[in-house]
Order: sequence, then structure tokens, then C-alpha cells
Amino acid sequence: MANNSVDDIKPCFPLFGEPEYRENMKNKQDKYEERESMEKLEETFQWTTSAEYKELNFQREAVTINPAKACQPLGAVLCSLGFKGTLPYVHGSQGCVAYFRTYFNRHFKEPVACVSDSMTEDAAVFGGHKNMDAGLKNALALYKPEMIAVSTTCMAEVIGDDLHSFITNAKVKGHVPQDLPVPSAHTPSFVGSHTTGWDGMLEGIIRYFTLDKHESAVVGSNGKINLVPGFETYLGNYRILKRYMEEMDVPYTLLSDPSEVLDTPADGEYRMYVGGTELEDVKDTPNAIDTLLLQPWSLTKTKKYLKDTWQQPISEINPPMGLKWTDEYLMKVSQLSGKPIPASIELERGRLVDMMTDSHSWLHGKRFSLYGDPDFVMGLTNFLLELGAEPVHVMSNNANKRWGKAMSKILKSSPYGQETEVHVGTDLWHFRSLVFDRKPDFMIGNSYGKFIQRDTKHKGLEHEVKLIRLGFPIFDRHHLHRMTTLGYEGAMYILTTLVNAVLEDLDSKTTGYGETDYNYDLVR
Amino acid sequence: MSVLTREEAQSLIEEVLEVYPEESKKDRLKHLTVNDPSITQSKKCITSNRKSLPGVMTIRGCAYAGSKGVVWGPIKDMIHISHGPVGCGQYSRAGRRNYYVGYTGVNAFGTMNFTSDFQERDVVFGGDKKLEKIVHECEALFPLMKGMSVQSECPIGLIGDDIEAVARKTSAAINKPVIPVRCEGFRGVSQSLGHHIANDAIRDWVLENRKDKMRETGPYDVAVIGDYNIGGDAWASRILLEEMGLNVVAQWSGDGTLAEMENTPAVKLNLIHCYRSMNYISRHMEAKYGIPWMEYNFFGPTKIAESLRKIAEQFDDKIKEGAEKVIAKYTPIMEGIIGKYRPRLEGKKVMLYVGGLRPRHVIGAYEDLGMEVVGTGYEFGHNDDYDRTIKEMGDSTLIYDDVTGYEFEKFVEKVQPDLVGSGIKEKYIFQKMGIPFRQMHSWDYSGPYHGYDGFAIFARDMDMTINNPCWDSFKAPWK
Repeated sequence: MANNSVDDIKPCFPLFGEPEYRENMKNKQDKYEERESMEKLEETFQWTTSAEYKELNFQREAVTINPAKACQPLGAVLCSLGFKGTLPYVHGSQGCVAYFRTYFNRHFKEPVACVSDSMTEDAAVFGGHKNMDAGLKNALALYKPEMIAVSTTCMAEVIGDDLHSFITNAKVKGHVPQDLPVPSAHTPSFVGSHTTGWDGMLEGIIRYFTLDKHESAVVGSNGKINLVPGFETYLGNYRILKRYMEEMDVPYTLLSDPSEVLDTPADGEYRMYVGGTELEDVKDTPNAIDTLLLQPWSLTKTKKYLKDTWQQPISEINPPMGLKWTDEYLMKVSQLSGKPIPASIELERGRLVDMMTDSHSWLHGKRFSLYGDPDFVMGLTNFLLELGAEPVHVMSNNANKRWGKAMSKILKSSPYGQETEVHVGTDLWHFRSLVFDRKPDFMIGNSYGKFIQRDTKHKGLEHEVKLIRLGFPIFDRHHLHRMTTLGYEGAMYILTTLVNAVLEDLDSKTTGYGETDYNYDLVR
Repeated sequence: MSVLTREEAQSLIEEVLEVYPEESKKDRLKHLTVNDPSITQSKKCITSNRKSLPGVMTIRGCAYAGSKGVVWGPIKDMIHISHGPVGCGQYSRAGRRNYYVGYTGVNAFGTMNFTSDFQERDVVFGGDKKLEKIVHECEALFPLMKGMSVQSECPIGLIGDDIEAVARKTSAAINKPVIPVRCEGFRGVSQSLGHHIANDAIRDWVLENRKDKMRETGPYDVAVIGDYNIGGDAWASRILLEEMGLNVVAQWSGDGTLAEMENTPAVKLNLIHCYRSMNYISRHMEAKYGIPWMEYNFFGPTKIAESLRKIAEQFDDKIKEGAEKVIAKYTPIMEGIIGKYRPRLEGKKVMLYVGGLRPRHVIGAYEDLGMEVVGTGYEFGHNDDYDRTIKEMGDSTLIYDDVTGYEFEKFVEKVQPDLVGSGIKEKYIFQKMGIPFRQMHSWDYSGPYHGYDGFAIFARDMDMTINNPCWDSFKAPWK
């Protein structure tokens, strides 16, 4: 019998659950696939959830399975998108750019403009000089950028292309005008991760605009504070950083702000360039009072450049996530600028604390395992501790050992972090073993965690670890990238997300009709 | 009927290219043409499979994407190592909707990402030792995997690693195939060379694996080649082939297994859906094993019926009757679908830009719904693809090869189609311009679109997108 008819059109799910398809697939499996018996599969699956397997899994030295990180040029592209009229340009293989664009398209559900100079085999032999010449010329003619921000793929790095001289020569030869800003950064994919690629590109841009200016700079003369967000994919975070500065009446420069170009309206016009940090403002950054690095663990290159060349204090600051670290951040801004924290922000703080009191009984003692980028994970862990929640596993694939030590120190200082395991440099296949080994109530991370949720559920409902989606990328839920995770407002969003996950979960477990009528409450 | 006259279309091409630097303009002009269906050889009017210009925002990917992302990745019971830095494997993880059933992490690995996560020291000292270790670690952690493939990323070919030697050594050690694939992203001009390299690796490292112990075959055994089971396409196809009496003993490569591929040299006929990505291996099997191959098209009832009959022609009366029965059974159901959706879609114009087979294969499905494709093009097609396309397209329609983001936007702006079918990189641009859009790579997370069941979903999806009320709200009422 046919399955789809005009009155009942079923897509893949539930179509393939129909008996004809199930039988057809089973027939294929039984006859042609040489699949192991179901008993063997089940037995092997159970083994992969065991302590013995975990031990074997943690002995791995060579293979990475389901990493929780991406590569440097991805970060460079995001950084570049945040400057006014800027076209991200990747020197190297074109396939990389197809991947970067796709990855961001899927997360932001927005267009992402980025070109490559399509280096192929001949460039691998002779270098990508010609590609750079033609690439800059074509990109300028077609897309008329105010700035072209150049990063590299591993191919260009392995053959050792000299970006700086290529760009200089392209200008000398007149392929692009001398005064077109073309900053660059070496972003090999075999070093660091997407977060350090962001850092490298920002350093390249700042260096380009300020190298000849820092000596004549007068710190504080423009009265501004520079804010460096780092690899940041929550658009609300750019907005709240700006809102707080505006409410505090502190002039600022946000160094990379793609919140407009990644959130354009549907009104009949495609805008390739909109918003972004003004290039004039970048030139002026050495004259600011100070520069705050909001993802301190991922901005080491920028920090080094600023520390070495600028006269600003480059004050140490934690990511402004959760209550206390937002307090500290605002007080730091206040201290640097001499401007008081206004009543409007204090009111917002009070509302957050009010929400924390309202929800504490549902979050206290709840156990979470989380993974993601170093600063995100550290900020989130700190907020969980403030809520009385207990982190079970805290993991960052792209953090370093120093981060691990700092993380442990934070955890040890809280009664709720005494039992927490910290894992550095491990991947999501490790993480899978971890949550089978010590089951948390929930895991928190990007969309990739959904596969772990499925696996834990297969072991039995009592083993299921539900995923709460916070981080990057989030491909399988809509519009979460527009939310805010920094500041009090961000803490409100995180808190709301967490507490409702707890309540949804309780509801789902108490809907047994005629069975668990208790605790399926109207009022919580 | 095109929306433009031949002269208008030609001057549109020239106008769009105006902005290019002289040399680039000359190059791009060769890739754009106004269709004349009476031309028999596309080389007279269009150039394809050439390097993309630097700096123009090509939509193409790379050889790795063609091999790991398309050909090898969907083979579910093998582990495919993305050998090199972390990015390539991460960006290509689980995004292409190559559906499969299996115990992921136990006997199936399709949505997982295995990578050697190259660090600087691996580039400096080489990755062969690491690769060897990886094979052993995978064998220990995933004992039910049937074999491995090594999908080379750019650095591998540049640093001179000998992955073939590692493959031979480790394969002998674990007694399973370990297959080196030289699909570094800098090779060739697009995904296309990756398909070819992947096909060659199958030829060299898979097809001879069971020379003397091939499974027994019957007279109706066929293989489906070049169906990646996106949204379940291959399932919606095999069910029809089996309903007409054939046995689909191998699926390449969506929901496919190593065993199916190894056993393919025993089939009676290879049925190719995506000609571009798997014609190489089909030609090889014809030359080496005498297996005939034929292309078919399972998009839309007209093409499906045509294809079923053409396939049945290769067999006896039993199969021919089977095909007629299948067609007779589904025809009234399809009439129902067309009866509902055609009035809602009649006369709508579509512009396509996709890869593989779809720039030509879906034309018939749109026509079944009363729609017309007024522009089409391939990301990585060759001239044999365009040969097949010219006759499917109407007179004076636009054909564009490796279209740049810039050109595509300008073409769409001018032609104002009712629907654009292309990929995720294009989707949001056109949606913001107010043009309804469907992803024709991933079926926009719907599908299947192949087969009769698939056409019902295709029709529903095109209607929902073109006729959704959201497109009427672009202008604020006070403006």
C-alpha cells in the first residue's frame, strides 16, 4: 500500500515508521548488510556504557571522537564580520570557506558573506601569490568592501605563504588601492581552535590600525573603554554590552560587533554590510582608558599585543556571566570611567536576584554536566554555583591546563563544587562515558549533545540525560542565538532556561495517567 | 516560456558581468549562457569544471567534501577518519542528512566525527604514526566496525605522509580494510575531483575484496548507485524497485554498508541516480565485470514512470509487468496530489542552483506541478551534465556554471522567480529579498523527495513555501 496520499502526506518522520518501510529496511539489514545479531549489538552497546569502556576510552592518545571545537579561520571570519563594511577573505582552499559559511548559516539562520582565493594544486607548488592578487582585485570589484580582513587555511600555512608581503605587493601592483585596509592574521587550523582564531584576527586588525599610533596615544584621552567580546555567538550579548555602557553613559568601542549584519530584517533587501565597529573607532582605541577582554582565556594574543605596545592597564576581568561576575564587571567599568552604576541597572540586578529566590528550590542541588568553549564554561559554572546547583562534569575541549587549574580553584571554593570533575582537552565521546559513569540530572552544551541524550535514553529511561542547549553551535533549535547569556539579563535567560528544563522534565515524568497523578502539579 | 527573450537574457549576462575586472569578465562569460535546446553539445555554449576565480564567493566546496561528505561518509558501518586538522570533520558532521539505521557508536558511525585533530607537531613531524595509532584505538573502542577510510585533509598531501603504507600495515594488523583516500581539499577545482578520487579508492581497495566469496546472486539483483539517502531518498526509491520485483542488494552509499559495496560486482545492473558523483565506478564495473549501468530519475511521477519502464526494459516480462503494476497503483494517488497542488503552483517560475543531478533531475517534478524552471546551473558539473541539461530546459532560459554569489543575486533580482531552489549559503539572502526558497541539497530538513512517496512531500513543501503568508508581510503597513 502506498503511504503518502493527498489527504495524508508524511515526511521522513513518521513515513519511515510505516510497516512497509520498516519491513523493507529490515529486509535490507538481514539480507545484505551482514549486520551482527541484535543481541550482539545490544551487548556491545551496553559495554560502551560501562566503567570498563570508560577506562579504555580515556586511554586514547591519538584519535579525537566528536570534538567540541572547530578550527581557527572560523573564528577569524566571525571576528571580521563585526567590522563596518568588512569582507572576510580566507587565503587558501575554497572548501573551507564553504564550510565556514554553512556552519554559521545553520547557527544564525542568516547569510554570511566571505570569500576565499581558491588555491589549488598549482598554488600548493608555487604559493598563493597570484591567488591573492586576483582575489583581492575581484573581491573589491564585486563586493566593494571598506576593508578586507585576510585569514588563512591550513593549506596556505603549511606551504608557508607570507601574507604580509603578498598583501603589500598586491597594493604596490595596484590590484587594490594603497589606502584600502587589508589587515591579516595567520590562522592555521592545526593550532588552537575557533576561539583563538577570533583572537588572532582581532589582533591583526588592531595591529593594522594602531601599530603606528600607540606611541603617540594618550591613554584615556578619548574617555572611552574598549570592549573585546571574543568568539561570541549570542547576539543579545553584543546588545547588552552596548546597553550597559549607554545606561552608564560611558563612551566605548566594541571591538567587533556583528550583531547587525547577523540579524538583518526581511523587508525585500539583502544587506551584505550593515552595522559593525567603525574603522575610525579602531584607530582611536589606544587613546581609551582601558581595554577589557571579556573572554580572557581565549584572547591571549590580543592581550599580549596590547600589554606589549599599549600603555593601558588591560585590567583583568572575568567573563561577565552570572550575578557576581556581572557585578564585578560593572564595578570595573564604573571604576575606570568614574561613572556610577545607574539605578536602572541596579533594578535589573534586583530582578535577577528576585528570580533566583523564586526558582532556587528547583535548582538547588540539581546536578549539571557541561561542556563548551573555555570562557563560556567557566562563566556558566560560576553561575551554577551561585544558584546552588552542582556541576558534575565541567569540560572544555579547547582549554588549556592553566584553565583547568583555575576552574578547579573556583569549584573548590564553593560548597557546591566539591564533587565536580574538570576535564580539559577531551571530546564528546569522553563526555558520553562521563555521563554514563556519573549521571547528572542534565547536560548543558551545544546541539551535538543530542546524540549523547539519545544514547543515554537507550540504556533505559532512568539513565537518560537531557540536553539543555546553551553554547555554539545550536543547529536544531530556532533563534536561540538571539538570546543573551551575559550580564544580569543573560543570567535571567540562563536561569529561565534551566528552571523550565527542570520543570518540563518533572512534568514528563509525572504524566503517567492513573499512575503518577501526584506531583503533576498545576502550580510550581 | 522563459521570462526573458533571448536578447534580454544575453544582455542581462553582459550587464551583470560589467562590474568584473576585464580578465575575470572574460572567464566568467564562458560559464554563462542562454539556453538553446536544439544545441546537442554543451561545449559549444558553456565551459565547466574549471578553477573558480579567486575572491568571487564561489559556492563550491572541495575534494574532501566530495569524498568524505558525499561518497564515503554515508557508508555507515565503517569509520571515516577526517585526517588532518579538526575543522573539516566538524563542519561536515551530520549536516547532510544521509539517513541510516543502526546502532550509532556500535555498528554504525554516520553522524559521528572521527578526526586526528592535527597539531603543529603533526604537521612538522608527520601524522603517519598518529594515524597508525588511531586505527588501533578505533578497533579497540569499536570492535564491530567493518573497516576504516582515511579522508585526507589539505596538509596530508603537502607534508608527504605515506598514508597508503599505514593503511596496508594497519589493515593487515586488524584484518579489516583500511582505505587511504587522497582527497585533499586543494586537489581539483570543486567537490567533483573528490568524487572521482573516492570512486577510484573504492575501485582499488573495495571491489576486489571478495573475489572468490561473493554472495550468490539472482537474475533480479541490482545496485542503487549515487543515492545518498538524503531525508530517506534511497528508501523511498528501493521500495519501488522491490515492489516491481527487483532485489536491491546494494545501496551506494546512503544507508550503505561495506558488505553491499564489496558484493556489488555480482549484480546484474547498476542503477545510477547521481551520475556526476558515481559514473566513474559504474563505468569501471562495466569494463571490468561487464555490469551494464543506466541512469534513472525518480523525481516526479512523469520521470518515475519513464524510469521504471526503462529499468524494466532490461529485464523479463515479470519485471515489466511488475513495473506496470507499480505505475498503475501509484498513478491515481499522484493524480490526487497533482489535483490538489497544481492549481496552487501553476505557472510559477523556479530558478535552481545545486550540485550533482538535481539541476536537471528535478525539472520534471516541477513540470508535473505546472511550474517552470527558468534558470539552472551546477556547482561542480562537467560538460556531460550540461549536455543532459540543455534538452530539459526551455528556450532562452539561463544556464550558469559555478555561479558566483554576486551573479546569482543579480540574475534573481532581474528574473524575479517565484521560487529559488539552492543551498543554505544562498537561502537567507533570497529569503530577505522576499523570494521563497527551498534548500535542494538537504530538502530543508524534510524529504524524501525521491519516489512516489517523495513526490507527495515535494509537492506539499513547494506549496507551503511559495504560498505561505509570510511573504506578504515584508512591507510595514504604514510605508
